Parts: sequence; structure tokens; C-alpha cells
Amino acid sequence: MYVYDAFDRTLVAERVAEFRDQVARRLSGELTEEEFKPLRLMNGVYLQLHAYMLRIAIPYGTLSSQQLRMLAHIARRYDRGYGHFTTRTNIQYHWIKLEELPAAMADLASVGMHGMQTSGNNVRNITTDQWAGVAPDEIEDPRVWAEVIRQHVTLHPEFSFMPRKFKICVGTSSHDRAALRIHDLALRMHRNDAGELGFEVMVGGGLGRTPYLAKTIKPFLHKRDLLSYVEAVLRTYNQFGRRDNIWKARIKILVHDLGPEAFAKEVEAEWTGIKDGPLALDQAVVDEIAARFIYPDYPQLDDNPPELAEKRRGDRRFAAWLDNSVTNHKLPGYAIVTLSLKPEGGTPGDCTAEQMDAIADLADRYSCGEIRVGHEQNMVLPHVAQRDLPTVWRVLDEIGVAQGNVGLVSDIISCPGLDYCSLANARSIPIAQEITRRFHNIDLQRDLGRLHINISGCINACGHHHVGHIGILGVEKNGEEFYQITLGGKADEGAKLGTLIGPAVPYAQVADVVEDIAAAYLELRERPDELFIDTVNRLGVEPFKERVYATR
Amino acid sequence: MTSPLDQKIRISGPVVVTANRVGDGAVVYRSAGARWSTDLADAAVTSDAAAARDLLKGAIEDDLSAVGAYIAPVKRSEAGRLQPGNLRELIRWRGPTIALPVTPVEQSFVLQG
Repeated sequence: MYVYDAFDRTLVAERVAEFRDQVARRLSGELTEEEFKPLRLMNGVYLQLHAYMLRIAIPYGTLSSQQLRMLAHIARRYDRGYGHFTTRTNIQYHWIKLEELPAAMADLASVGMHGMQTSGNNVRNITTDQWAGVAPDEIEDPRVWAEVIRQHVTLHPEFSFMPRKFKICVGTSSHDRAALRIHDLALRMHRNDAGELGFEVMVGGGLGRTPYLAKTIKPFLHKRDLLSYVEAVLRTYNQFGRRDNIWKARIKILVHDLGPEAFAKEVEAEWTGIKDGPLALDQAVVDEIAARFIYPDYPQLDDNPPELAEKRRGDRRFAAWLDNSVTNHKLPGYAIVTLSLKPEGGTPGDCTAEQMDAIADLADRYSCGEIRVGHEQNMVLPHVAQRDLPTVWRVLDEIGVAQGNVGLVSDIISCPGLDYCSLANARSIPIAQEITRRFHNIDLQRDLGRLHINISGCINACGHHHVGHIGILGVEKNGEEFYQITLGGKADEGAKLGTLIGPAVPYAQVADVVEDIAAAYLELRERPDELFIDTVNRLGVEPFKERVYATR
Repeated sequence: MTSPLDQKIRISGPVVVTANRVGDGAVVYRSAGARWSTDLADAAVTSDAAAARDLLKGAIEDDLSAVGAYIAPVKRSEAGRLQPGNLRELIRWRGPTIALPVTPVEQSFVLQG
């Protein structure tokens, strides 16, 4: 866990006092909505279809049990008893009252949480791998570098009014679990030929109505230069990014229009003037930040303890969950446990206050008080001793987060869609729910294997539909909901945008189409272990398209 | 910020003016007495663009009570009951079409696909 220092705590407390005053002035009429709107947005307060929505940042997806209990308290005291974890690893509350927001924010501030930079044209919550610090394939903990950047860009005046929002992602593992290439700026740690550690710098990724994958503009950036180079990228974007057209304002458009080489030249020119200045990272400063990440004092344990093997042999459901939701930890005797927030017929990413409290209790007893949130809208207990897995599973099963469907067809990523969002054209959640009902048979899900479905209720693509193995995009046609289907998208180290297979289908047919695609895959795969995405890559979308539209 | 009043108002049927209440964000409708109500049945209905503009103007000026006022289509049920005219407004009126995690199922409603 990272522990905020006195500076951060003061900053958050001052923001609460400031916002309390702003809300009071709005409610008294001293501030008009036109004056108040930018102020509330600076604190993550949106107005949606039915109510205000509060978005709380979860930096690099890491939560303490104390913070998760506070999120449960917020859900219970100020909302309707649940929260929604997003694809940006934030949490949203959809029924917040403006009158109660200052009190809610004060409660959040007491555990170092806030909504700053979860809205507006600034650097948003910096995301990373939900297995950070415990993944066996990790070079270093990426959260240290995310935190270095967070400290620099928080309330930075130069980066508070950029052409558009700016999303940064840091990865340090061989396998990309953080969807690096769909970010405005992605930093992938690796070693160069000399064995030095640094970052591949990728810019201009983003989905929305003009989807692009980030392009590499610097194959290797030394760690000491991270902050100055990020600053140079942000300055270049600030200077050249378009402000005349909101649809062309993201950095991806600038990079595309200039070309990655020309953009890189502009960044280099900017960087040359600042790289040896105060932003050159002093290792002592990095060490100081790293030291504020408190790692558990792991007792030494062996892999595969007898109680685990015994439980595996005697309980088929437990064994299936173990195979699906439990992953190797960097240390022997420990495991990373993914909690599925994707129950059959449920809303992807929703978590009740009771579940949050139970997960916080579990984290305290079995995961060193730490919880993670991933962009797939699931949660993680990162430090579970393998001998404790049977007990942890029993509790997770009781609270409904041990479905054993992680990475399978029912582990759907979905935005809130038209059921909540004022930008949406069509509903996402009921589509996801119907698909989970159609594929309720877990044996069928396992047979289908890894298959990612992503659903967005509008072209803004909060559900990342472009990079779903099956992507579903809601559109509106003459007042009716229709859905475009794409196939072959990927968000990992082999990131790829999906291919549209044909005309949009009506709401009532979407789950049928997904069933048809799944059936076609089962017939077309070369062998049982050829993944869905590999079959699509091998054959293209045509055979699936034929199957889907043959009878429509 | 562009005001909705700066845009040409085109309506092809009955409309109301709706917004969200400032204090809690609840969906509200502009009533004939220049007041706000959470009940659509209380809404002032017009099929005339000039009258709709007047309703909207009054609603926008009442910035202390409600926010984001706009003109929304409505229709009458066979029984003459006022209903929202499109899916978005239907969801604003009735709430999400899904069961909320901690709300009894009967309090949500499900649209037929």
C-alpha cells in the first residue's frame, strides 16, 4: 500500500473545505450552474440521467481495507447501497445528492480518497497492472512510477486545462494486463541491450469515435528521464493539440495528423531543453516514494500445502475456481486471487456495500489488508497464502464473487450505458446480463475458453468495445437501440482493434448473435485449445459474418 | 456554454420541459404554474414551438431549482396518461431497466426487447 504524506493529506482536506463552500454557494444561488459546473467536475461530480454521479479515484487500482470499508460506508450512507467499478479502475456512485456531497467527500478524505482529476481536461487517474507488486513476470512495481507521475501532475497548473483529458498507463510486466496501447500515453518498462531499465514510450492511443492504438515514439527512455519526457509529451500536446473541435482534441488525433515521427521530433525538441533540469529524477526521490509503498512482511511458505491439495481433490467447485481465478504469486506459498464482479444476470462491476465490507474483512485476515481493482471491472486479493485459499473461497462464494468465470465469456466488460449515462445512445447492462444468462453453463464457458466481450452504450467507448474479442457498440437508429458487432479486438501486448462484421442488429438479437458466434467458433477451431481470438485471427471475420447474417 | 434557447426549436408532437433538481439531481418536469414537479402528470404539455420556448426560457431562468433544462417528447397512452416519448426519457422517468443490486426487483422495470 502507498501511504499519503502530510502534503497529500493537507491537499485533500483543503479541497474538501473548498468544495463544501462551493456547494453551499450553489445551493444558495450565489453560483449559477454555469459557474458551478466546472467546479463540480474538478471533483468528479457529473450529472447523469437520474441523479448526480460521483467518481472517486483509485490510484493505480490499489485500495486498503480501510478505504474499501469507507467506499462501503459511502454506498450505504449517501447512495443506494452499491458502487460501480469502472474500466478506469475508479468507483462511481450513481445516486449521490449534491446536498450531501461535501459530507461524503469529507468522509472519503479521512482515508485519503477524493474525486480530483476523475473528470476534466487534465491527467486522469493513472492506471496500471492490478497484479502490480506481486506478479511473477514483473520487472519492478509499476505503481512507484505511476506515483512519481501522479505527484507531478496533481493540480499542475500547466496540465489542468489541456485540449482534452489525458490518460496514462504504466506497465512493467512481459504480459500486458493494463491495456497499455489504448492510452494517451503508455509506458512499458523493459531492459535495453545494455541491461539498463527504462521505458518504451507509446502515445496517441484511445478508443472513442476515432480509435487508434498508441504508437511507439521512443523505444527506450532511461528511468531518470521519465518525468522530463512525460512533461515534454504533455507540453507538446498542450501546444499543438486542437481546442476548436472536441472530437479532434485528443492527443491521438494530433499524433495521427502529424505522424508519430514528426510528433516525436517535437517532443524531443521540447525535451532537450528540460531533460537535465529539475525534472531529471534523482534516485533518492524515487527511493523515497518507493519507500512509502509498504509491502507485507511475508512469512516464508511452501507451494502447494497439503490442505490445499486435499481440498482440491475433494471439492470439484473449489478446484474449478482454483484453476480459473487463482494465479501464481511472485513468492512461493502465496497466490493472487481474482474476485469476479460478474455474476449471472448481474451488472458488470457493481459491488454492494455488504460485499465491500466482507472483502475488506477478508483482506485484513488473508491479504495483508490490501485489495486491487482491475480495468476488467473485477477485484483482486493480491497476497493470499495458498493454505488459506479454501477458507477465502468459502467466504467469496458466500458473497457471490467466486463464479470461476474470470476471463471467460460471462466476464463481460461493460459501461453503465443508457440505464444511467446521459451520453449513452443504448443500454449496455441488460445486454451483458442476457449474455451471461445464455452462457450460464460454466462447462460451456470453460469449453469456449478465454473470450472477452466488451460492451459500450455509445461511441465514447467506455466499455472498450474496440478491443473486445467480441465488441458490442450500442447505437440509436430512428429511436430504436441497435448494436454493431466487432470481432478480433485485443487489449494485451498484441493489441488490435476489432473488425466490424456487418450491419447493426436490434437489441433483442444481440445475445442470439453472440451465441451464433460462439457456436461458429466451436465448429471452426482447429483443436480444443485454439483460443477464440486465435481462430478469428486465423480465419478472419468472414466465416463468423456468414453465420451471423445467414438467417438475418 | 451554449444555451438551448440559442438553438432552433423543432417539435413534431407534444413536448414537456424537463431537468434535474439542483439539490439531489432528481428528474423534474416544468408545470403550468412555472413550478417543478417530479410527477410527469403535472407537466405542462405543448405542441407549439413558441410555447415550448417560453416554457424552456422560464425553466432555464429558474437556475436555483433545476439544472440542464431541455425539451423532451411525450405521448399519451390509450388511457390518456402522459408518458415519455422515447427510451431515454422513459428511463429517466422510471429509472434503470435493470434490477439494482440492493433494490427489490419489483421496484425496477424491464423493457420488452
